[in-house]
Amino acid sequence: MLKIDCKDKHFSEIGKTIRESKDKEIVIDNCLGHRYIASGVGGKDIVINGTPGNALGSYLDGCKIVVNGSAQDAVGDTMNDGIIIIHGNSGDATGYAMRGGKIFIKGDAGYRAGIHMKAYKDKFPVLVIGGKAGSFLGEYQAGGIILVLGVNTDSKTNVGYFTGNGMHGGKIILRSDELPDLPPQIISRKANAEDLQEIEKYVQEYCSYFGGEPKDIMEKSFYVLTADSANPYKQLYTSL
Amino acid sequence: MAINYIYPVYEVVRNASRCVNCKICEKQCANGVHKFDAKNGIMIADESKCVNCHRCVATCPTRALKIVKSDNTYRENANWSAESMKEIYKQAESGGVLLSSMGNPQPLPVYWDKIVINAAQVTNPSVDPLREPMETTVFLGSKPDEIVRDKDGKIVDNMTSQLKLSTPIMFSAMSYGSISYNAHASLAKAAEKLGIFYNTGEGGLHEDFYRYGKNTIVQVASGRFGVYKDYLEAGACIEIKVGQGAKPGIGGHLPGTKIVGDISKTRMIPVGSDAISPAPHHDIYSIEDLRQLVYSLKEATGYKKPIAVKVGAVHNVSAVASGIARSGADIIVIDGFRGGTGATPTRIRDNVGIPIELALASVDKRLRDEGIRGNVSLVVGGSIRNSADVIKAIALGADACYIATAALMAMGCHLCRSCHLGKCNWGIATQVPELVQRLDPEEGCDRLVNLVNAWTHEIKEMMGGMGINSIEALKGNRLMLRGVGLNEKELEILGIKHAGE
Repeated sequence: MLKIDCKDKHFSEIGKTIRESKDKEIVIDNCLGHRYIASGVGGKDIVINGTPGNALGSYLDGCKIVVNGSAQDAVGDTMNDGIIIIHGNSGDATGYAMRGGKIFIKGDAGYRAGIHMKAYKDKFPVLVIGGKAGSFLGEYQAGGIILVLGVNTDSKTNVGYFTGNGMHGGKIILRSDELPDLPPQIISRKANAEDLQEIEKYVQEYCSYFGGEPKDIMEKSFYVLTADSANPYKQLYTSL
Repeated sequence: MAINYIYPVYEVVRNASRCVNCKICEKQCANGVHKFDAKNGIMIADESKCVNCHRCVATCPTRALKIVKSDNTYRENANWSAESMKEIYKQAESGGVLLSSMGNPQPLPVYWDKIVINAAQVTNPSVDPLREPMETTVFLGSKPDEIVRDKDGKIVDNMTSQLKLSTPIMFSAMSYGSISYNAHASLAKAAEKLGIFYNTGEGGLHEDFYRYGKNTIVQVASGRFGVYKDYLEAGACIEIKVGQGAKPGIGGHLPGTKIVGDISKTRMIPVGSDAISPAPHHDIYSIEDLRQLVYSLKEATGYKKPIAVKVGAVHNVSAVASGIARSGADIIVIDGFRGGTGATPTRIRDNVGIPIELALASVDKRLRDEGIRGNVSLVVGGSIRNSADVIKAIALGADACYIATAALMAMGCHLCRSCHLGKCNWGIATQVPELVQRLDPEEGCDRLVNLVNAWTHEIKEMMGGMGINSIEALKGNRLMLRGVGLNEKELEILGIKHAGE
């Protein structure tokens, strides 16, 4: 196991150490806003104690990253594979354009979480937000699943404004009693038995990381949001 | 409704005495213009479908065909051109955004044509490239500010990664999807042969082309299509696309109908799903954010590859470039308003952005004034039409030029500007297998190599004429340029004198 103490270290030094390390297990201590941790890295098991900076696990290609703390912006940007578990909150654009792997956030996510998430063949991205999400959740979403659990929040919808703007694939699932205002191309429905089965799987996984009882979370109602077309702009143009 | 009838712009003129009814034109035209009229035993044409791509003209064995502009006219006036009228009818009928292809066709000034190049006479000797060595090699990337020595006085190698080009010309970004597999194959092969680079565009990289990686620039745009570790590792350089000259400020929608087969695989999105590139990168709202994307890419690839940032030439391009030069990027790419595209809203293509000549001169000056020109290399594109444009661009301060429209023409494009229809008869801007196979990658490659070699020789001739034997000595050498018929403001921005001064 490799231990990295971030104190007085530049991000490039930490990045180089991780890239060149033969150790599978890495523990990063005293992390305080150090950016780009594990950018493009695969096959490692990384524990971060502290607060990693922006672009944690960008282009991640199959690592397990556990953050004992909160994360900042663009966690898992263009992530391809792996899992990121955050025992805190996460900043804006969490999971931007992620194509595969999973991100679990114990608390809240900022603006534009899951923006432009997409799935492809065996790649299926999963973003689970334990608390509430900011505005523009799942903007341009093209695939995968975003689950907002709204645990320990007093928000009615657990999301901000413009949820699913430009969405043209995938699913957003909200655990709440009422729906937020949605753009016209979004179809919403109460979760059916099949949906609940899928949801429960992720809720169990969530609880396995952060504690809590799955059945307590499953008690509340869930809404499933999908897009009405994979081709939202088909009618927009006329050829000259 | 008759009001929507738009008279065909072109007429297909068939010389009946030459036509032998061989039906080659019928087979060659994917637009379905030509047809054999069995009853009368003659070939007929529906010119309403003609885009004037000249495929039938070029393949007619008896030279029986020509395409001419129709002399049918509306009652035009200086304000309402036939084109403007037609656009109104189209939009009134459909309610749609007008869609076009290729670069801005409007009669706005082409500054290249108002700039002339110097030559040596008497007081300094010109150089003959046929007999004397001429250096056209260019290195793109950030250059260190100072020479660092270790304690023994030996020079420490602090050079960052560089792209080495045999000549200051590269093939600009065109995605697999906007152009065909065979077009990409031609570009990749030619880049390798020439010792230059081609650019994947935002469509990912087909698995067959990973082997051309050392001559490939891979693009990362707002949709992040096909972007993953292996892709980033595959290229010699990573280009972050913020904007392009044909459509600065807007994103792209590749319709789901074009996301088929290998295109889906290469972009890593499901068949039939629209490929939507948002207008901005939603993780870049500032120069600080851009720096973040630059460094996340550098971290992901171990600082082994220069990172380029491509922007469209817009009003405040020099301020933007100054920011990019401070963001950690190694190369700035500026794309002028005449740059081509496979599809763009017509209004944006025709009205947004500024000429590359002015943008380049202004950016180069700004970076020099701020003492950060060495932080970055400067690459320009947006209708570089010939070797003289390259010379002028370099003398205005560019390190290299990107060409795309010219490269397409080398492969057979006849500039019918109908790429967005997806039925390119020359096998370039299409995914229809029967059409794609018309472009032979070997021949496409040879023609690209010929073009760039010819330009390079012309560049050497012009450099030699100026008494310059190295491209480095031409870079930013604005004294080698003079303006003709330009006003004082234009000359000031271009940083050149008027001819005769």
